[in-house]
Formats: sequence, structure tokens, C-alpha cells
Amino acid sequence: MRAPTPLPEPDNGLALPLLEVRDLTVEFATRRGTVAAVQHVDFSLAKGETLAIVGESGSGKSVTSYAVMRILDRAGRIAEGSISFSGLDLRATPEAAMRDLRGREMSMIFQNPRAALNPIRKIGRQIEDVLLQHAQVDRAAVADKAVAMLEQVRIARPRERYHAYPFELSGGMCQRVVIALALACRPQLLIADEPTTGLDVTTQKAVMELVVELTRERGMSTILITHDLGLAAAYCDRVVVMEKGRIVETSAADTIFRQPQHAYTRRLMQATPRPGVSLRGLLPEGEAGAQPAKATAPQADPQPLLVVENLVKEYPRQVGSTSLPKLWRAKPAPESETFRAVDGISFSIGRGESVGLVGESGCGKSTTSSMLMRLIDKTSGSIVFDGENIGEIPAKRFARLPLRKRIQMVFQDPTDSLNPRYTAARAIADPILRLDRMTSRAAVRARCEELAEQVGLPLDLLDRFPHQLSGGQKARVGIARAIALKPDLVILDEPTPALDVSVQAVVLNLLQDLKDSLGMSYLFVSHDLNVVRLLCDRVIVMRAGQIVEQGPTARILVSPAADYTRELLAAIPHPPL
Amino acid sequence: MSDTVLHNPAARRGSAAGALLRHARYVVSENPVTGLAFALFLLIALCALIGPYVVPYDPLASDTAAALKPPSLAHWFGTDQLGRDIFSRVIVATRLDFVIALSSVALVFAMGGLAGVAAGYFGGWTDRIVGRISDTIMAFPLFVLAMGIVAALGNTVTNIVIATAIINFPLYVRVARAEANVRREAGFVQAARLSGNGEFRILLTQILPNIMPIMMVQISLTMGYAILNAAGLSFIGLGVRPPTPEWGIMVAEGAGNIISGEWWIALFPGAALMLAVFCFNLLGDGLRDLVDPQRRT
Repeated sequence: MRAPTPLPEPDNGLALPLLEVRDLTVEFATRRGTVAAVQHVDFSLAKGETLAIVGESGSGKSVTSYAVMRILDRAGRIAEGSISFSGLDLRATPEAAMRDLRGREMSMIFQNPRAALNPIRKIGRQIEDVLLQHAQVDRAAVADKAVAMLEQVRIARPRERYHAYPFELSGGMCQRVVIALALACRPQLLIADEPTTGLDVTTQKAVMELVVELTRERGMSTILITHDLGLAAAYCDRVVVMEKGRIVETSAADTIFRQPQHAYTRRLMQATPRPGVSLRGLLPEGEAGAQPAKATAPQADPQPLLVVENLVKEYPRQVGSTSLPKLWRAKPAPESETFRAVDGISFSIGRGESVGLVGESGCGKSTTSSMLMRLIDKTSGSIVFDGENIGEIPAKRFARLPLRKRIQMVFQDPTDSLNPRYTAARAIADPILRLDRMTSRAAVRARCEELAEQVGLPLDLLDRFPHQLSGGQKARVGIARAIALKPDLVILDEPTPALDVSVQAVVLNLLQDLKDSLGMSYLFVSHDLNVVRLLCDRVIVMRAGQIVEQGPTARILVSPAADYTRELLAAIPHPPL
Repeated sequence: MSDTVLHNPAARRGSAAGALLRHARYVVSENPVTGLAFALFLLIALCALIGPYVVPYDPLASDTAAALKPPSLAHWFGTDQLGRDIFSRVIVATRLDFVIALSSVALVFAMGGLAGVAAGYFGGWTDRIVGRISDTIMAFPLFVLAMGIVAALGNTVTNIVIATAIINFPLYVRVARAEANVRREAGFVQAARLSGNGEFRILLTQILPNIMPIMMVQISLTMGYAILNAAGLSFIGLGVRPPTPEWGIMVAEGAGNIISGEWWIALFPGAALMLAVFCFNLLGDGLRDLVDPQRRT
């Protein structure tokens, strides 16, 4: 058992902040020389305070926290400045002592809870490991302590869940376990790095409330690293705004939103979707431009573009120990052993209309969009597109039909949806080459350039590979590819969560402009009601494979009929207005 | 000026080749071991290409008067029982060993790589059949299997190539299958489907190019293994027949003389073999870095 590193006793107790970062500069050695990811950053954190570090990707907010924990990767180093934690100089602390401090005095919650847990170890054991590592409790009592921790993070039936493996738990539950791990040794400082990105809004609310409550209970200090201003405002005392490695503004949470001092903070504020703001309102002043005249107002066409009736998708359910009993069972397994991902939904999309499909993870919205896209086959029901029952055509054959041109999709992750070995131009040209059968190289190139102009992608970027493009540029390439064949229906599968808010604002506006000028219909699949509100005429709310409620956006978001919709709306964190 | 460069495709291609060269220089400079491996590889390739034209002696000409001479200025690596110059034989043998290794790796890359990618991408019956074939091959001790194949098909260079390819087949299948399987549901594959690509075209244009970096490592590793295998077969008397200069045969011929003090007959071809295998094993990482677009910035 190692003797814990003693922290120096603070002499003048209250005046000393728990964490003080002065003039911190972090450098990374890269192929192009040294890059300063964080430059001259100053902030302090009082005991019991909750501080948010807000910024877009590349702002250095995560690197700052890694520097505090001293877990920078090998290329990175603290070049300048000091970090003092309870009076202890963290830059001079030897690595062995740091290892002891991490987890015991300061701990961290990461973005992806599933990746932070050991997949083949019971969660209870993992909590015990932390406790034993830091000699917080003796072996006899450790199991009880672990169960108590699970109970504290509001995991129901903690004694049973002690024996669960991470894959048996939902994302929200895993994040609770990670919080239990982080808090097990009663640290003084908790750093939460985007703890709720990738979680549903209702889960996000529960997790954040838990963190805030536990830290208050224990008098802990917390640093919340996030890109979401709403989240920062709702749960933190003070906010630090970072841009390109520098702090641009520090102030109390409730004043920063009412009177943002720095232009960057104002821009960030403005780009955040929130009630009472139009799509154009997200763009910085002067860049909004005039709204292009609508080519075709959504006319009341008697025949909608897409009609879905009673659509069902079933998957065989995986039952634990069936293999042995199956050998003895004479009859095949009963029919009920299937799982209905989509359970009899019906809706329609009009020409030139954009419809939002909203729901939390696992509600079947992605399965629905894949079926409409004809990437997977339905189990039953009908999909009628422009009078033709496309649900009956097997997905394999659909790829080569002329109809394929008329239904296209923008994918969720702009990085994942581009072939790393294709240049932007080649990616955009792919549908043109395959479905438009355009063969002249010059004509294809001209069409690519035309599309790039439409989506606002600078032409000199066309010859770059995806990893040489930014997130927003990759999103534009994905959109250009989807509209290359002038489709009638575009399915947007959560096209923006991977993007920064300012980029999201631009992309959403681009999508609206394209729809207005090309007269397409959109099915916008999303979990974010605030974003859906901006872009969609109608909203469909899904839960557990069924439609809870559908209707015009204004009505659903103002006076929802279903309790579930109300719950979703209430869970969205808003900056104070 | 810059406009003409941008719009002239030939100029653009020239700059692309230049970029590749710069990239190669970067890869080498970042990892000196890779530089060493590439230098060794160039040396081996050079020997294979022009070796037969520059060696000082005819590798087959025997001179009984000069038999079993230790290394000297006239015979750098000494001479063997028949008085043949070992230096010339080692250099000339490079071409044969290199060609055997290269063609067997090309063959197994085509067969195993494609079968593995198809198994990983299509799954189902394709996967089961390909998987069982490679399991069957893996069930034999591989060198014994190669011996059996050469013995059964006949003692020719072509059969050594085929045998070496067959025993490496499972390695390629497994790597390619695993890599293809991960990318099966990737966004860009779905996007390619929406663009009207058939499944087979997706396999060739989307999946295969993306697993090339990892396949390059495999190729380089099996190159070394293939050279060893060819030499091993020749060593036990299968495959290449004397008096053709080949490293394996030369080691076999010299093995009996080590005890009587003529160590140089076996040592130099053995060292050449070792250097070649060593070079290919080191080359893997460098090759991967070269073909990976992510590393090219």
C-alpha cells in the first residue's frame, strides 16, 4: 500500500483558490513545427465553484484540462506558466505523485462513457479497483462501498447492477458509472469533458443534475468543458470562453449571456439555436444576406411526395442462452422472439415540405430513414414514393434503378461518410458518374464546380482529401454529393451535431437556401428540437418505434399534446434570456 | 503563373509526384529505420536487376584449381567445392529469390486479399466458404504443406511460387476480412450505395483501397517469409535445383563444410538471406506510411 501524497495544508484556508492556472501555454510538436494549442491562459477555481470552459473545436478547452491533469499526450508539453492545486505546484510534481493525485484528489469524466469503462470487467469491480488503488477502504468493506457509490449516482437496484458489464447498460447508465468512478475517492476537483455529448436530452438533464447535486453535496469544485452555451449557463457559476487557445472572456454565468463583452462570445451566443430566433438570426449580422426568393411555395398538392403506411421493421431478438435448448426443442422458436425497431408508423411528406423526425436514441428514427432510403428492407407496410410502391423493391436492386436518383441522403458524420481516399471532387462526382452516366471528364468537373459553388465550398478545396478539410467543409461536400442528382427527397440524418454551433448555423441556412432554390423535400432526422424548429414545417415525434405525435412545428413546440414531447422540450438547457 | 500550374493537368500530376517524393522523404526522415530498410531494399533490387551483368565471375564456371579458397581479394566471399566464386553466386541468386518472393506475394495478394475482402464485406456463405478454406490450410504445419505441394506438383520454380502463395493465403484472408468487416457499414459505403454503385464495385473502389495501408504491412512481412520459404524448400532439395545459384541451395551445399573449417560457403548466402528478410520486415511500417493518405498533409 502506497502512502498517499500529502497535500500542503492551506494556511489561509478560504482565500486560496483550489486551482490556479497562470499564464499557461501548451505546445505540441507536429510535422509543421511547434504549435501552441493553449496560449497564456489564466483562470482560477474557488472551492465549491462550478466553472464552464466553453469554446468550439480547436479552441484548446480540452487541452487546458489535460494540462491540469498532466495527461497530455507525448507530443504535447507545458511550455510556460504555472498550475497550482491547493498550493501544490503541479508542474513540478513528480509523475508518481501525480498518479496518486489523479483519481484521489482530481478526477475526470470523459466524453464517451462506454470507451472509458473496461468492457470485460463488471462495473462494481471497476469501482472497487479505484477505491483499492488509492487505499480508500479496506478489502472487506470495498464491495459495500462500491454498491453505495452506485446508489449515489442513482442507479436503480445497485446490488444487481454491481455485477453488470458495461455493454448491458445504456449510455446514460454508463455515464453514471463513470461518474461513480470519478467520485469514488471523494476528489476535490472534478473535470467533466463534454460529459453529455452523445447522450439524449433527457439523459443529459439527469446526468448534469446528478453532477451538480453531488458536487454541491460534497463541496467539490467542478470544471465543465463543453461547446454548448446553454448547458454551461444552466449548470455553472462562472464561464470562461476560449477561442483559438486564448481566453477571450471570463464572467459570471448569468451576466455573460445578458451582456457578452467579447465579439466572439456574442457570435457564439447568436449561433446557438434557441426559442424565438429565426434561422437567419443565427448568422452574424451582415452575413445573413437577403433570403432568396422561394422558387416554389409549398403548394397544396393533393398527392404527397411520400406516403408511409403502417411501416414495420422487425429484428430477431438475441436471447441469452438459446443455443443449447434450441438443440432439444423440436419446434422452431416462437414468433414473439423478434424486436420491433419500427412498429407500424404512418406519415406523409408533401412536395417541397420539410418534415422533422425527432426522438431519442433507439426510438427507431434511423431505422425508419434507412428504410425510406431503401438501404434496408422493411418487414411489412408500404412506402409509396410519387405513386410508386418502392417498399416492394428489394434494397439490393434499388441501387441501380433510376428512382435512386430521386431519393438521396446527407449522413450524420461528415468524416465517416467520405471515403478517405477520394478527393472532394471525386466524392461529389461519384453519383454523377454512376447514376447520371456522365462520361466526359470536363463535364463532370464542371458540374462538381457548379455544385461546390452552390454549397459554398471554395473551388481550390475540391482537390483535397477529407482529412485536409474542416468539419464544416466536409459537411458541404456531403451536401453537394446529396444534391448532385437534383433529388426530390433528401433525408438529413442528424447532419449537424458533429459540427460547431457557428458552423451548424451556416450549414442549416445553406440547407434552407438549397431547399428554397431547388424545391426539394426534406426529412430531417434529429434529436434536437431546437434545430428542427428552425428548419421544419412539420414535426413527427417518435418513441420506441411508434409515433407519439405529429403536426405543424409551431403547434408541437408551443403546445405539445403528448407528455413525452413536453418532457423532451423541458430537458433542453437554455441560456437565460 | 500559378493559374497555369493549376489548370494544366500535366503540371498538376508533376506536382503530385513531387508531393509523393516529399512525402517519402518525410517518412524516411521521421523514422531512420525506415530509411535503412529502403536503402537495403534498393540494394537488393539493384542486385536483382543488374547483378548478373556486373559480377566478376561466371556463377556456374567451376575452377577445381581454386576450390575451397577462403575470402581473398580475388574471391571476396571465397570459393566453394567446385571453385565457383561465392560472391558472384550470391549476387546472381538475388534475382531468382526476389522473383520467387515477389510473384508468390503478388499471387497471394490477389487471391487472399480479394477472397478476404469479399468474405468480410458480403459475410454469409462467402465468409463461411472462404473461412473454412483458410482454416483447412491453417490445419497443416505450413512448411510441411509447402513441401507436399511442391513434391506433388513437381520440382519447378512455378510450383514453389504456388506453394508459397497457398501457405500464406490464410494470413491475407484474415487481415483483409477483418479490415473489410469494420468498413462494411461505414458512412462512405452507404453513400456509395446511394450513388448507385453495385456491391461489387463498392468492394473494389471503396473497401479495397482503404485497406491497402494494412495490406502493405502484410505484403512486406510475407515477402520476407516467402524468401525464407523458397530458400528452405531449396535447402531440403525441393524446388530450385543445382547448379542454379540460389541462397537456400548454397547454404545446403556449404552446411557440410562448416565443420571442416570452410565456414564461408554457407555464411555468405545465409547472411544475404538474413539481410533480405530483415529488410522486408523493417519495410512494412514505412510502406504503410507511404500509402496512407492520412499521413500526407
